[in-house]
Amino acid sequence: MDKFFTAVRLEENLCKGCINCIKRCPTGAIRVRNGKAVITKQFCIDCGECIRICPHHAKLAVYDPLNVMNQYEYTVALPAPSLYGQFNNLDDINIILTALKRMGFDDIYEVSGAAELVSEMSRKYVEEHKSNYPLISTACPSVVRLIRVRFPNLLEHLLPIKAPVDIAAELARKKAMEATGLSADKIGIIFISPCAAKVSAVKEPLGYEKSDVDAVIAIKEIYPKILNYMSQIEKKQDIEDIAISGKIGISWGGTGGEAGGLLTDNYLAADGIENVIRVLEDLEDQKFSSLEFIELNACNGGCVGGVLTVENPFVAKVKLKRLRKYMPVARNHLYKEEILDGFWTKGVQYEPVFNLGLDVKESIGKIAKVEELCEKFPGLDCGSCGAPTCKALAEDVVRGVASEMDCIHIFRQYINECHPDS
Amino acid sequence: MSDQLHLTYNISPDDFTRAGEASSDVKGKLKQMGVSPEAVRKVAIAMYEGEINMVIHANGGTINIIVSPDEVKMILEDEGPGIADIELAMQAGYSTAPDKVRSLGFGAGMGLPNMKKYSDQMKIQTELGVGTTVTMTVKL
Repeated sequence: MDKFFTAVRLEENLCKGCINCIKRCPTGAIRVRNGKAVITKQFCIDCGECIRICPHHAKLAVYDPLNVMNQYEYTVALPAPSLYGQFNNLDDINIILTALKRMGFDDIYEVSGAAELVSEMSRKYVEEHKSNYPLISTACPSVVRLIRVRFPNLLEHLLPIKAPVDIAAELARKKAMEATGLSADKIGIIFISPCAAKVSAVKEPLGYEKSDVDAVIAIKEIYPKILNYMSQIEKKQDIEDIAISGKIGISWGGTGGEAGGLLTDNYLAADGIENVIRVLEDLEDQKFSSLEFIELNACNGGCVGGVLTVENPFVAKVKLKRLRKYMPVARNHLYKEEILDGFWTKGVQYEPVFNLGLDVKESIGKIAKVEELCEKFPGLDCGSCGAPTCKALAEDVVRGVASEMDCIHIFRQYINECHPDS
Repeated sequence: MSDQLHLTYNISPDDFTRAGEASSDVKGKLKQMGVSPEAVRKVAIAMYEGEINMVIHANGGTINIIVSPDEVKMILEDEGPGIADIELAMQAGYSTAPDKVRSLGFGAGMGLPNMKKYSDQMKIQTELGVGTTVTMTVKL
């Protein structure tokens, strides 16, 4: 168990030690030390911004290889709704799902199907918990991880319902066990994910002990294979009828889909990690009144913007819109499915990882020192020291992990003082 | 090493794009200091309201923050018009904000009431035509 597990890794020999990732990281989790990027995993929220920005492709996400499916006697693929936005001229989701079966999956359980159940659960929960308004969506693991380290006052607003993928996994395993008579461990529940954060959420879920997902594979890895198998489906009658979801489920793939499923107008939906932070800051200062629900997605456009997708997120959103046009509103309902355990089983604890001192008394001195250093540094935020800003370097110095001389401007001044004639 | 942290912010008048910067900076610092989330919330809201008041009504001013291990003291000083009737100004919903300000979503008449609500102690010294000093304390 590692509560600060992160799915982002550095490919060290590709890293040139430039400042792109340190500048982009929304939590200031990355420093360049000895010419290589180093991630402080307690600060990392798996948003994937560094993977997106790195011009040298030195940042990667860890996920399972496609052949993970060979480890199980029976496998069920859990495609995320964002997968459907990756294909051109698609009119029928069943073509993708049939291709997945031809690839070797024994069965498919659409995450969008479970999403419709989550929408129903959320609708009821939101209605019954007015004192916790606005409730904050917990489907994006990066957002929950961000709140856990930065917004302790907002923890009570988190919607304590499992993410659609985890509900899908539970239902898929149950269905597979009934169909095959196999024991739970012989069945592989494999999520086809748009993002790295889901890898961490499966390994170390927040809000519950264990995820029912056995492995997470990347949309971008499976995409060419799906295309290949799709092109081999020649006749219309070869397409199996596997799809189970309606408009509400498919819409979860993009921002506004989850909130739309609540059937209220009194919501806010924001995406992009910087925008998410701005919304959370304002929410913490009580600048919103009377909102019922806040949907937040770390990626631009929502899940279609995940780092493991291939299509431009906004194009993918258009494609989802086209796909769902003639679908029924919803095809999955709670009265038909028996969800064993849809709610969180434990709260999310505040992790004050950014604290400078052990207590307020000690921190007072440390913040004063940071202020003093900030006055001394040039304020260029040039990143040459390996920290994203002068303030971040000041904090590093106070934490004892960097030195004032790491600032090339201070260093130059020092050299000039040593050799005034040079 | 001193037991107190002093921070000073100059608040520029009529600049709504910058209004809230000072309270947001203080909020960030208090969080990093391990101040309890509840106290951070109180300081952030009380100070934000005060800061906005200075922007709207008082042509800006200066905010001094003193953090000690057992309290946060916020001293908001301006050379604005002063408050004619403190009792009236303290009533929820009472506002003298001009329409221009209200159209931006401010001026709901909750500034002073919220400042009182979220601080443990609040003192107002005001003189018409001279200015106002509001001192708020939040216990840690």
